[in-house]
Amino acid sequence: MSDPDLSAADAAQLSPTTEAWPVRAALIALTIVVVAVLLVVPLLVVFVQALGLGIGAALSTFRDADAVAAIGLTLLVAAVAVPCNMIFGIAAAWAIAKYRFPGRAFLITLIDLPFSVSPVVAGLVYVLLLGPFTPIGAWLLEDYGVRVIFAVPGVVLATIFVTFPFVARELIPLMQDQGTGDEEAAISLGASGWQTFWYVTLPNVKWALLYGVLLCNARAMGEFGAVAVISGKLRGETVTMPLQIELYYQEFRAMAQVSAFSLAAVLAGLALVTLAIKSWLEWRYADQLAATRAGH
Amino acid sequence: MELSIRNVRKEFDRFPALEDVSLDIRSGELIALLGPSGSGKTTLLRLIAGLDFPTSGAILFGDEDASRKSVQERNVGFVFQHYALFRNMTVGENIGFGLKVRPAATRPATADIRRRAMELLDLVQLAGLENRYPNQLSGGQRQRVALARALAIEPRVLLLDEPFGALDAQVRRELRRWLREIHDRTGHTTVFVTHDQEEALELADRVVVMSQGRVEQVGSADEVYDRPNSPFVYSFIGESSGLPVRVENGELWLEDRPIGLKAADAPGGRATLHFRPQDVELLDGCGGCIAGTVSSSRRVAGTRRIELEIGPEHHRVEIEVPIDHAAAQKSRVAFRPTRWAVFPASA
Repeated sequence: MSDPDLSAADAAQLSPTTEAWPVRAALIALTIVVVAVLLVVPLLVVFVQALGLGIGAALSTFRDADAVAAIGLTLLVAAVAVPCNMIFGIAAAWAIAKYRFPGRAFLITLIDLPFSVSPVVAGLVYVLLLGPFTPIGAWLLEDYGVRVIFAVPGVVLATIFVTFPFVARELIPLMQDQGTGDEEAAISLGASGWQTFWYVTLPNVKWALLYGVLLCNARAMGEFGAVAVISGKLRGETVTMPLQIELYYQEFRAMAQVSAFSLAAVLAGLALVTLAIKSWLEWRYADQLAATRAGH
Repeated sequence: MELSIRNVRKEFDRFPALEDVSLDIRSGELIALLGPSGSGKTTLLRLIAGLDFPTSGAILFGDEDASRKSVQERNVGFVFQHYALFRNMTVGENIGFGLKVRPAATRPATADIRRRAMELLDLVQLAGLENRYPNQLSGGQRQRVALARALAIEPRVLLLDEPFGALDAQVRRELRRWLREIHDRTGHTTVFVTHDQEEALELADRVVVMSQGRVEQVGSADEVYDRPNSPFVYSFIGESSGLPVRVENGELWLEDRPIGLKAADAPGGRATLHFRPQDVELLDGCGGCIAGTVSSSRRVAGTRRIELEIGPEHHRVEIEVPIDHAAAQKSRVAFRPTRWAVFPASA
C-alpha cells in the first residue's frame, strides 16, 4: 500500500468479501446487543440478587447443610462422570476414526443421541429401567443392596448419559482428519501400541480433548432435567446444586431467595473459572496450539 | 540385508492390488519401484515394511520368512510420503523416538540417544536445528529429518515412499543426489517408490517397472531404457511412438510395402512397432522405409521434433531431426528406425 490516499478503511472496502459499512455496523451491533441482553445481563443479575441482603446473608447459605451437601454431590458427580466420558470418548473416537467397520456411521449418530433426546426423557427411561420394581433394579437392590434410582448412582448415571457426546464429538473429526499416518510412523520405529497412543495419538488430540473435557464438566455440573427425574430430590442426599437452587427458589422466604442466587452464583462462578482456565491455557500454549493445527 | 519377494499377491476387498509379484533385491542395493499411480508400487513397499500383509506369497529378509512378522519385529526404516513427523516433538525428539521407545533392556541412555540424534542431524546436514518443531521447517528439511529418524533405529532395510513427491523441482534434484550419497555412505539396502522416471533412472541401481499390480521389467537404467521388454515399458519410460505393422516371413510391412526391417523371431500377423524419436535415420529415397507427411514441427532444447502422419489412417509418430532440417509443413519425410522393437498386437 504505497498510495497514501488509500486509507485502511478504503482498502477494506476493496475486499470482495467485505460488505458496505452499514451492513457491517448493523451486524456488529446486533451481535453485541444479543450477547448483552441474553448472556451478560442475566449473569450480572445472579450476582446482584445473591448480594441483595448483603454479603453476610449470601455467605450464610453455605452454613446450610443442604447447600454444602449439594455442592459436594455436584463435585462428586462431575468427578466420576467426566473421567468416564473422557475414557469412553477417546475409545469411541479411536474406533470410529481409525477403523472401518459396518455400522460405523450409525454409531456416530447414536453418540449424538443424548443431544437430541430431552434429558427428562433420559431420566425417565432410567427410572423405568432400573427402578426398584423393575427386574434389573430389584436384582441390584436385593442381591447387592445397590439402590440406583433416587440415589447417588442414578444421579451419576443420568449425568454420564447427558454428557456422553462432548468428548467424542470433539475428537472424532480431528482424529479422522489426522488419519493413521503418525501412528504408522511410530510403529515402524518400533513403538508398541500403548507407546504410540501415549506419545503420538494423545499429544495430537490433547487440545480437542481438553475442550471436550471442559465442556463435559460444565454440562455435568449444570445438568438439571435428567437428574431431577432420577434423584427423587432427597434433600442432603441426592440433590445437586441445580436442584438445590430450584428447591430454594420454590420456598417463599426472603433468605431462601438469597440462598438460591448465592448457590447459582457459585455455579456460574465455576463456569466462569472453566472459561478462564481455557483462555489462559490457549494464551499460555499459543505456540504449541499453532504447531498442532498447522497441517503436516 | 537381502530381500526376496516370492509370488506375492495382495487383494483389497477382493480387488487385486498386486498379482504374483516376485523380486530379488541384493544387499546394499538401491532399488526404485517405478510405475503410474495404481500400479501397486506403494502397496509392495508397505508389504515389505509390514504395514500391510500379503494375501498369499512370502517376503524373506535374508533367509528368514518375515511375511507374518509385525512391523516392529522387521526393524525397517520407513520414510512416509508426507513425512509423518511428530508435530508435538522437536526435531531432536523425532529422531530419537525410535530409540526412546525400545524396551528398557536395549534402550540407550538418554544422553546417548541425544548424541545419536545429533550425529544423524549432522549426516543429513541439519546440525543446529534439533530444537525446532516440524512446522518450523521447510519441506526439504522435513524430508531430511524423516530420513534421519528412520536411520536412527539402525534399520535392516530402508524404505521410502515417494520421497521427493511433495517437493519442488529444484530441491528434488538436490535431495536426489544427496540421498545417493547417504546410501553409498551407510550401505543400507534401500527401496524407494516413485512415479518420476527421471528420478528412478538417475538414482537407482536397478529399476522395477510396475503396471497394474505386476512387475513389467527389472533392470538397470540402461536396460529398461534401451531394451524395454513390453509395449508398456516402451511407452512409460522415455518417449516413443507406436505404429501398427504386419509381420510377414520375418519382415515388417506397413500397409502394402515392406519398411526394410527384419524381425526373424517375431510371430507373423499384426504387430506394433515401437521406436524412440531419436533412434531414427532420415532417408532420401524410399526403398523400404517409413514415409509420412509433416504435420507439425517444434523445437525441443537442442533438437527439432517433427510429427508425421503416416498412411491413409494418419497414424502419428514423432521423430527427431537436425535443427537445420528443412521440414516444412506438408512436405514428405522418409526415415527408418535404427533401434526398435516389435510386439505382437494385443487382441
